[in-house]
Amino acid sequence: MSKAIKSISNPKLRVDILSEDEVRQIHNSTLEVIESVGVRFPSRKALEVLEAHGAKVDGERMIAKIPGDIVEKYLAMAPETYTLAALDESLDLPLDGNHSYLGTDGCGVEIIDAFTGELRRTTKKDLVDVSRVADYLEEIAFHWVAISAQDYPAEVRSLHELEAVWQVSKKHVQTESIVNAREMKAAVEMAALLVGGTEALCQRPILSIMQCTLSPLCHDGGSLEAGMIAAQAGLPVGFMTMASAGSNAPITLAGTLVVGNAEVLSALCLMEMVAPGCPVFYAAAQTATDLRTGAYTGGGPEDFLFGAATNVLADFYKIPLSMGAFATGAKEPDWQAAVDNSLSAFMAVSTLSDMLLGAGLLHGSRILSYEMLLMDAEIWSLLENMFHGIVVNEETLALDVIRAVGPGGTYLSQKHTRAHMRERWMPRLMDRRPYEIWQRERDGARQWALAKAQQILREYHPQPLEASLQRELEKIIASASIEQG
Amino acid sequence: MNEEILKNIADSLVNGEPDDSVKYTQQALEIGLEPMQIIRDGLMVGMNVVGDYFARGDYFLPDLIIAADGMKRAMELLEPELVKREQRLETPGVVVIGTVKGDIHEIGKSLVATMLSANGFKVYDLGVDVPTENFIAKVKETHADILGLSALLTTTMVVQREVIQALVQANMRERVKVMVGGAPVSQSWAQEIGADGYAEDAMGAVKLARTLVSG
Repeated sequence: MSKAIKSISNPKLRVDILSEDEVRQIHNSTLEVIESVGVRFPSRKALEVLEAHGAKVDGERMIAKIPGDIVEKYLAMAPETYTLAALDESLDLPLDGNHSYLGTDGCGVEIIDAFTGELRRTTKKDLVDVSRVADYLEEIAFHWVAISAQDYPAEVRSLHELEAVWQVSKKHVQTESIVNAREMKAAVEMAALLVGGTEALCQRPILSIMQCTLSPLCHDGGSLEAGMIAAQAGLPVGFMTMASAGSNAPITLAGTLVVGNAEVLSALCLMEMVAPGCPVFYAAAQTATDLRTGAYTGGGPEDFLFGAATNVLADFYKIPLSMGAFATGAKEPDWQAAVDNSLSAFMAVSTLSDMLLGAGLLHGSRILSYEMLLMDAEIWSLLENMFHGIVVNEETLALDVIRAVGPGGTYLSQKHTRAHMRERWMPRLMDRRPYEIWQRERDGARQWALAKAQQILREYHPQPLEASLQRELEKIIASASIEQG
Repeated sequence: MNEEILKNIADSLVNGEPDDSVKYTQQALEIGLEPMQIIRDGLMVGMNVVGDYFARGDYFLPDLIIAADGMKRAMELLEPELVKREQRLETPGVVVIGTVKGDIHEIGKSLVATMLSANGFKVYDLGVDVPTENFIAKVKETHADILGLSALLTTTMVVQREVIQALVQANMRERVKVMVGGAPVSQSWAQEIGADGYAEDAMGAVKLARTLVSG
């Protein structure tokens, strides 16, 4: 049985990153880009929809220019709040603008084996195991497909990945690995099976869909068509920009926000055109290119600023946000990883981004590390405590207790201390032992995180999906495979 | 005068002013300098400075790419002159490069292509979503030394293996070295699919290409 999810809500801390006027400037520039430069939609179906709803379409270049008032009209149809349902209702995630939730990262291609330490390519079995650990952790509110089931054929791999997570977890799943209509249809069928039909799925979307844009100002045809099918099925759909300052977006951060905003808004508009009022979300993981090498940075001040700024934009559009945070570029769970993941998570939560991605991967979302996953959960727990801020009232000012203890006494013996002491944060991975014990043991966070992960992997076996349902899921995957031929 | 123009050509590359590279190259031809001299004492001098600055961390990729653009545009003026004189530049090798079928990610592949060109390789960039048979046909046609295959998706990296198998079937595997790249690709993947090399970034790809053609 999964523990109650540890979300962050009613935060007392806020970071003021963009003024209303600045948001307005970004918005106006974005509309100008969508209307005058246009965005590439390499899908005939998408272009037909856009044209029928008032966009100017250049069929040969597959570029749509959508007038600003039309963009605004369709964005206004998106619901401001809705709930990401879970197979277990007690794990539902209301996207009500007052919660931040943490999910796993994705989609890794290698894993550091928890027991042998070997670095190897990921399998479906690994994904089942990682999903078990994520299910166990109260800090993890929902799953992304954390790693790729590379031992299954590419044409149905995304469906095996969904099945792997559902085998062992009743938390909400947001998949990022379905990029064509055929697999999307099968995924809708799978999700509907688990909740008792397509109507029920509309009411309780246990699956949400994340698609990537292709900066600058392009979409992927398969992603668009998969997104449209999901939107029509009532699944929440988001489009993620990964615009990278200096290479596929302007070097200036405001310009990068504009390019990414144009990508995301133009795609969400399309979703509202095919399914008016469908739940959508903004998704983003903008970064800066390391211009010494062209490398993806996976961390750094630019990422942290984007983390806070993007939710201000999403709030302006009254749309929930799924924001890339954590996901360090570090090769090990080390100093760099701690700096990246703490600051990125802090900044994204500082404007109360609705969903945060994601815990557990190293080397720019390529390598899954159980140590990192446990450490990321610890960072989340620390932030959850911090964002309560400092509460000031009669009880917390504690004048009575100060009087009672007087100069030179101790607060350890006070009932007031005992009543409030659980509000103070208690680490699981920080080392606060005496120095001589550390000298003798020479261990710390990494060893403890790994030991905890091993323990979860050995001992935590959540109630599996009913065998009959699992067989039905497998049938759907098999027929999707046949359809591919 | 000659020296000043050659210096202007070199400086235009170092300063990132491709329009100036064209202008001064044109002037150099007009006053009768030999194309080979313009290349050796102007363009190459500039490119070497840019390369040195980059190697010691003072210059970034946009410096290199803008210089490479200046070099390329100057060469467009010089190449017809070289042909007239029946002269040709030596190249370390011929490279065919592209992003594999099913994948439309371009930026990393194009960066590698640019860096290889800037380092003297003759590069045929086939673009993105390239059908396997097009890679094979282009390698055959150009007698390429190296085939570069890019993939950004876990679902398309398997196509890198298919292209290598197609080379084997066409009896061409021995004729061309294959290098692979892309975010999900790793050294172990390269070994597994029988590629000759893997590099994580564009400078690594240039080093790898040099090793592959000399080895």
